[in-house]
Amino acid sequence: MTFLLESVFNGMSIGAVLLLTALGLAIVFGIMGVINLAHGELMMLGAYTTFVVQNGFRQLGEGWFDAYLLIAVPLAFGVAAGVGLLLERGVIRYLYGRPLETLLATWGVSLILQQLVRSISWQMTLQIALFCLLFFGGRWLLSKRAIAPRWQAWVRPVLLVLSVGIGLTAGFVAGGAVGLAMTKPWFGAQGVDVTAPSWLRGGVNLWGVQFPFVRLFIIALTAVCLVAIYLFLLRSQWGLRIRAVTQNRSMSACLGIPTETVDALTFALGSGLAGIAGCAISLLGSVSPNTGQNYIVEAFMVVVVGGVGKIVGSIVAALGIGFVNYVIGSGLMTRFLEPQTALFDFFEFFASTSMARVMVFILIIAFLQVRPAGLFPQKGRTVDA
Amino acid sequence: MPKLPQFSFPKDRLSGRELFVVVALALILIFLMPPLLPGFRLDLLHRYLALAIVALGIDLIWGFTGLLSLGHGIFFALGGYAIAMHLKLQVPATASSPLPDFMILYGVTELPWFWYPFYSFAFAVTAVVLIPALLGALLGYLVFRNRIRGVYFSILTQAAIIVFFNFFNGQQKLFNGTNGLTDFQTLLGFPVRSPQTQYWFYVLTVIFLALAYLLCRWLTMGRFGRLLVAIRDDEARVRFSGYNPTSYKVLVFAISAALAGIGGALFTLRTGIISPRAMDIAFSIEMVIWVAVGGRASLIGAVLGALLVNFARSLLSEQFADIWLFFQGALFLMVVLALPSGIVGWLRTEAPNLIAKLWGRPQPVATYPELEFDPEVQYEREVLEQEGKHSP
Repeated sequence: MTFLLESVFNGMSIGAVLLLTALGLAIVFGIMGVINLAHGELMMLGAYTTFVVQNGFRQLGEGWFDAYLLIAVPLAFGVAAGVGLLLERGVIRYLYGRPLETLLATWGVSLILQQLVRSISWQMTLQIALFCLLFFGGRWLLSKRAIAPRWQAWVRPVLLVLSVGIGLTAGFVAGGAVGLAMTKPWFGAQGVDVTAPSWLRGGVNLWGVQFPFVRLFIIALTAVCLVAIYLFLLRSQWGLRIRAVTQNRSMSACLGIPTETVDALTFALGSGLAGIAGCAISLLGSVSPNTGQNYIVEAFMVVVVGGVGKIVGSIVAALGIGFVNYVIGSGLMTRFLEPQTALFDFFEFFASTSMARVMVFILIIAFLQVRPAGLFPQKGRTVDA
Repeated sequence: MPKLPQFSFPKDRLSGRELFVVVALALILIFLMPPLLPGFRLDLLHRYLALAIVALGIDLIWGFTGLLSLGHGIFFALGGYAIAMHLKLQVPATASSPLPDFMILYGVTELPWFWYPFYSFAFAVTAVVLIPALLGALLGYLVFRNRIRGVYFSILTQAAIIVFFNFFNGQQKLFNGTNGLTDFQTLLGFPVRSPQTQYWFYVLTVIFLALAYLLCRWLTMGRFGRLLVAIRDDEARVRFSGYNPTSYKVLVFAISAALAGIGGALFTLRTGIISPRAMDIAFSIEMVIWVAVGGRASLIGAVLGALLVNFARSLLSEQFADIWLFFQGALFLMVVLALPSGIVGWLRTEAPNLIAKLWGRPQPVATYPELEFDPEVQYEREVLEQEGKHSP
């Protein structure tokens, strides 16, 4: 009884993290058909935001420190949503209807974000800010006045080269003048650790099973996010629009729904959820620039198994995968079996975290043979695209 | 009514000239490059030629068939492991024990059963091709049978590569885990690391690249190639026309996997190490970008892309080791947003116009080719011409 409860709890907490990760992905993928390989990096940004907020609150004193999560969660949401919005407006909107290209482009973005976190310093911030100011400001100014047609083709490249040049040089000059304070990376390539506030340390002991507060908090956070998403999608005006676009994009456009705004909003929402997921995983362990990579593929598996565009599917799939992962990986199966039998050896072989993934993948492939469209496939006539 | 032109693919037949160019390039690579290039650069060239074979395989499935595999590192690594296991068995740890050294370290007393066949060189060489091909066929069959495709296929291949990475990384007793297989001494009695042997490996790589190119060329021209393109462009129609796309996709995936395996084996012979790092997700996605940069659906583009991107990578990462990732990410974005058909595609479509413009030549107006032969258009033109003659 005890270890049944224990395994249910542990499976659930793994599943909750997976679900939180997959939730944003499922929304973006289900509605826009976009695979966002930079989703993991958005999570990482959320985790780093938590780290920064935590450091800020530590300065304020122990009493304040306990409250940092209250700020960190919404801020992680905001930062990730903002970056997601930029990503959608800057890159992805040019690629709708070309899912494979989107995949490559978002992978490029994820590489850039990883390196950005590794090497960002005041110097680099200055360079980027100067570049944006000059380039976008310049474009805005030039758009105000008429330019002779034969110069028009030259405006953008010249502006680009000029602003890159000025931005870079100014950054290096400032870096040389001020020294290490300017050029030292904020985070570096090393992982950073987030300390849980005091009310999340420890756990509660029920029926001989230890329930760590951090895990309980993550499960609760997942539940809150789920309820919020459900209410948003089912009760709000924009939720209605989002659902309409999911079902039939061109029809919704004909009915006057601003599909572009819906796309941007959906993408920002999905990215924001990634930020919250990042906040949650920062409580579980050390966060490094390539943290996102560890979670992303499993989150995709959740989306695929659950059925695209179905949040219920994601919930069931996440909990199921989390549970199976735990049961196989912790060696629980071997407890029920006699040593030295064939089945015992079989489960013994898979009884580690990494080998459990192998087993789960085999199970997923087997599952997709039975239900190719996932647990809860979209009903109705779908276009075979 | 004018005779309508027969629609034909541009190069449907392997011309003698193309064959000549391929052979000439291969001969140049074999005879001219080794004396011309310093050893370090030749080493890089050798590696990248091996990677170009992989790129050809990727082009076959992505460029022509439209299946974006993000897990080709599996097949690359399997090819590498197959040859490495044979090499490893040539190096007994001690005189008394025939086991490879790492197995003794981890306390293995008996050689695992699947290592035994790799004593035979012939088996190892066959395995380089067959193991990836069979695995590709199996995975492809299970996935394509259910009409899982597009991004779902890409995700599944990506999950597969994580799984294989975990498997090889975790099995220290079977494959030496993270460290991989290294310290090879001899192959068929020749010392592996001597410059002489490496030169022959280089020659072998060039020959295999040329053969792989010709194989892909042969596959993509004619009926089979057209079917692949048809599957890429509209799979449902291919099915309605009475073909079974699944079998074609499985076949082409297996061939592509085999090419990756060969590339992996040749790469391993040069570098002298194969480790689970070859199954990094990033490496597999990079393979795709080589093809994208060179130009999808053009075989020469795949080879060119693999060589160019890798040389650019080695040059840039020598100069700016820290921020190479920025360049790489920017490369991904640029290829997708600004150069979607790659270098070769750009050369074919846009470059001629650009050159004509630079020379001040007027650009030809593009029309639909059918319109040129439309009898009604012809008639209208004639009428207009007549009217023009009569009017003042």
